[in-house]
Amino acid sequence: MSAESPSLHGLPPEPGVPKPDPILVVHGLRRSFGGLHAVNVRHLEIQRGTITSLIGPNGAGKTTLFNVLSGFDKEQEGEWHLNGGALVGIPCHRLARMGMVRTFQLTKSLARLTVLENAMVAAQHPKGESLRGALLGGWRDVEAKNEVRAREMLRRFTLDHMADEYAGSLSGGQRKLLEMARALMVEPEILMLDEPTAGVNPALTQSLLHHIKRLRDEGMTVVFIEHDMDVVQEISDWVVCMNEGQVIAEGPSRVVARNPAVVDAYLGAHHGEVTP
Amino acid sequence: MTRRALASAVLIGLVLAAATASSAAGGEGPSIRGTLENVEGTERVAVSGVLVTVTRDGEVIGSAVSDEAGDWEIPVPGPGLYAVELDVSTLPEGLALTDPNRSVLPRVEVGSSQRKVVRFNIGPGSISTVGNWTRVWGLFLIGMKLGAVIALSSIGLSLVYGVTKLVNFAHGDLVTLGAMLAFLFSASTLGPGWHLLVAAVPALVLAGVFGATQEIWLWRPLRRRRAGTISLIVISIGMSFVIRYVILVAFAGLPRPYRSYAVQGPIDFFGASIVPKSLIVIVVAAAILVAVGLFLMRTQMGTAMRAVSDSSDLAESSGIDVNRVILVTWILGAGLAALGGILLGLSEQVQWDMGAKLLLLIFAAVILGGLGTAFGAMLGGFVIGVSVEMSTLFLPVEFKTAVALGILVLMLLVRPQGLLGVSERVG
Amino acid sequence: MMDWVAILVESVRSAIGVPAAAYAISAVGLNLQFGYTGLLNFGHVGFMLVGAYGMAITVDLGGNLWIGVLVGIALAVLLGAIIGIPTLRLRADYLAIVTIAVGEILRLVVRSRFAAPLTKGIFGIQRFADDFFDLNPLPRGRYGIGDLRFDQRTAWVVIVGWALAVLVTLLVRRLMRSPWGRVIRAIREEEDATRSLGKNVFAYKMQSLMIGGAIGALAGAYLAIDQQNVSPDSYIPLLTFYAFTVVIMGGPGTLWGPVAGSILFWFLFEFLDEVMTGALRAGWFGDVLGATDIGPLRFALFGIGLMWLMAYRPAGLFGSREEMLIDER
Repeated sequence: MSAESPSLHGLPPEPGVPKPDPILVVHGLRRSFGGLHAVNVRHLEIQRGTITSLIGPNGAGKTTLFNVLSGFDKEQEGEWHLNGGALVGIPCHRLARMGMVRTFQLTKSLARLTVLENAMVAAQHPKGESLRGALLGGWRDVEAKNEVRAREMLRRFTLDHMADEYAGSLSGGQRKLLEMARALMVEPEILMLDEPTAGVNPALTQSLLHHIKRLRDEGMTVVFIEHDMDVVQEISDWVVCMNEGQVIAEGPSRVVARNPAVVDAYLGAHHGEVTP
Repeated sequence: MTRRALASAVLIGLVLAAATASSAAGGEGPSIRGTLENVEGTERVAVSGVLVTVTRDGEVIGSAVSDEAGDWEIPVPGPGLYAVELDVSTLPEGLALTDPNRSVLPRVEVGSSQRKVVRFNIGPGSISTVGNWTRVWGLFLIGMKLGAVIALSSIGLSLVYGVTKLVNFAHGDLVTLGAMLAFLFSASTLGPGWHLLVAAVPALVLAGVFGATQEIWLWRPLRRRRAGTISLIVISIGMSFVIRYVILVAFAGLPRPYRSYAVQGPIDFFGASIVPKSLIVIVVAAAILVAVGLFLMRTQMGTAMRAVSDSSDLAESSGIDVNRVILVTWILGAGLAALGGILLGLSEQVQWDMGAKLLLLIFAAVILGGLGTAFGAMLGGFVIGVSVEMSTLFLPVEFKTAVALGILVLMLLVRPQGLLGVSERVG
Repeated sequence: MMDWVAILVESVRSAIGVPAAAYAISAVGLNLQFGYTGLLNFGHVGFMLVGAYGMAITVDLGGNLWIGVLVGIALAVLLGAIIGIPTLRLRADYLAIVTIAVGEILRLVVRSRFAAPLTKGIFGIQRFADDFFDLNPLPRGRYGIGDLRFDQRTAWVVIVGWALAVLVTLLVRRLMRSPWGRVIRAIREEEDATRSLGKNVFAYKMQSLMIGGAIGALAGAYLAIDQQNVSPDSYIPLLTFYAFTVVIMGGPGTLWGPVAGSILFWFLFEFLDEVMTGALRAGWFGDVLGATDIGPLRFALFGIGLMWLMAYRPAGLFGSREEMLIDER
């Protein structure tokens, strides 16, 4: 059941509406390929501590928006802020360390690292991961602490029994779980998930959604791209719908699903994918 | 590409120096020797400090610098055929070879325990007497000729990359293969001895067949097994060794000319002195390039190729038989590379590693133009050809390849997708 | 008829000899770049060249041999930076293209007349390593078992070579067992994923290229010391692919793979050569092949071997089946 966050209650459901406590603010962001505007977002705010779904037909620019925000693609114009700090021109690895961590639509598991190593590599370890530290040593204390945390994280995602297996030997669904566990090891403030439930069986989807809700309840902000409207209805506090690069609607899921612009967008591209 | 191959891009002299054999010195092994003299009228002045190198099968056997008396001697391991090269750039200021085409004597036969004498004729330098603009114009034409060869040879590499995302490091050896096949059918004693124009036909056909065979028996199965980019590249390296060294076994290491059009006197072309076949190379290449362009833009198969280049999955879902398109691309690419090789063999000579040497210039051309685009490869080919040749106006000849690499690196820094490449993420 | 004992002795001699030790060292560097990091460095020969010439030129200018070795290594680090800056942000193929070109251009530059005052052009530099041989503690004699013996000079070079190979392997082990090494392996698997976890992928790849290059330079210097000679035309691209084959044979991304691979490679290389030469003498090839064809034929077989390895045994001749079965994506 969608538990609408009280902080968002009563906000007008219109594109670009200001939020009471935004963690991420996007303004005038533009990215085009050839002559086509893949992303053209006038204004968008993401409320802290909520689950925001990003929906829209194929080619609406959702993934491109993720790519630009997380530094994997370069904007042509515009700006975005995390906790009020401008993020333009910051390379993607630095953005991740600042607390904005993303996953990928096609799961990118580090196949020939073990499951435990997958989790460990995501932990921040400035000393051991520097060349100096690697040569001179003195990194084992932090490493031990990181391992404890990594094993806890794996237990949470029920991957602990696989800790010493190669990540490449996991099933598709397990890889999704591992990818989320890995992202959390970075200790993000805002987690951006690109279609976490794509290609995952219904049981595992429920488990993933449960994890996402639990993260929110622990205070994390989650933005995720989703195609399945049932999933969106179930867990979103707020829904943002994109089409042709623009934000065409936002609001609580029930409201957005009934928005004529949204229905048009979907009908234009895919007949009847929206079930109001 | 080595300095030697490039330096001889104008036209390597085809006839041996009139060498006189001297009697063997008792007990010593065979060697090649000579005396360098500047002959002006009746006056003979020894020329010292000039570098002479003896090679066999492209490998350096030894070198010597002429002494105060102009004498030089290089011991060789045994009897056989050697190539002797005089490094023109080491000649003193104002001196040049009387026949600039004879800086390399490709076939010097040495008997056992013979001290073979070879002769280079040296006279007052001619290069400095040529007007500056004439030289620029001449170099431009030579650059266009080299560019035409590179452009033809590059298209296949770029197209195959476009449709399969394979950077084929064996592509240079397809160039050699074309030249060698044409040689087999025209000039080889084993072949039928056809005219080059006739011999080119089966050469191109066989090169295309070879391209198709490679695709069907090697690359397609590897794609099916979803081999990664890195594996494919390393496998193409292995392939290049196989082709190159099988050719070396079959054709031996000496550079050899075609029988047709081998020797031509230079003509005056709007002020520049150039051999007619260089112009023919440019014209033939230009015609083929236009045809390829039309094929890509106007025919169904050409459109399909571009579609697969853009997005293999999308093309597949819109009903294009991707494997068939890739097969045609391989045939076309191998055929064009072979044609590039035939033209290169026409303007230089046919040698077992000619294509491998050209490969770096081909890479420079496709990256400059945009990896994956045929038109980019054409444009890049001409730009690289002209800039490499014209760089000799300012830089030592030895830096020709470095110039190409410089352009390549600059492009990667400024615009990694190349001149005509689409702005997609490449990193 | 063929003398199989002699063939085996010669093959084993080759497998533990100076080139095998040199390629073990060189391959340890390449393994760090290619096996662990996934960098397609096709210009490894360039790093070897820089190591050898850096040393030889230093000595030639009146410097000390050991300082020379350090100069060579430092130059290799610098070369890594120069190659890395334009290419390491791009896809793997671009690095391959640029490195193979840089390797070839370095050879052309050191043989050019322009650089001849330093490099002595195509003649190269000789006799710079007397300091090394003065340190030889072995008394005159022949060392080994049975027919398999080295004179004291070669034995000294061989011992130092394998000691160096072990040393650089231990260095790589220290690196790869640290969290730094884990990031390096993660980059090999998936660059973007590693980036998304907050790692500066570019910097890591640069470090890997530089360290691997430095090890390659050490191998180049070592080989040059043995020959007391550097000349440009020994540094052809083929050397890079020997090193690649060594790495792939031993198993890319395994610690002792390069050492095992080098022993195996040089054994097979010599074995093949001896057998083909023997077969030629015994007239097995008839008139089809002559003495000069053996060399090229061996390279063609080498090419087939490289293709076969990469296609069927990408994890090395003794690679774990488990690792091979893992989907590369």
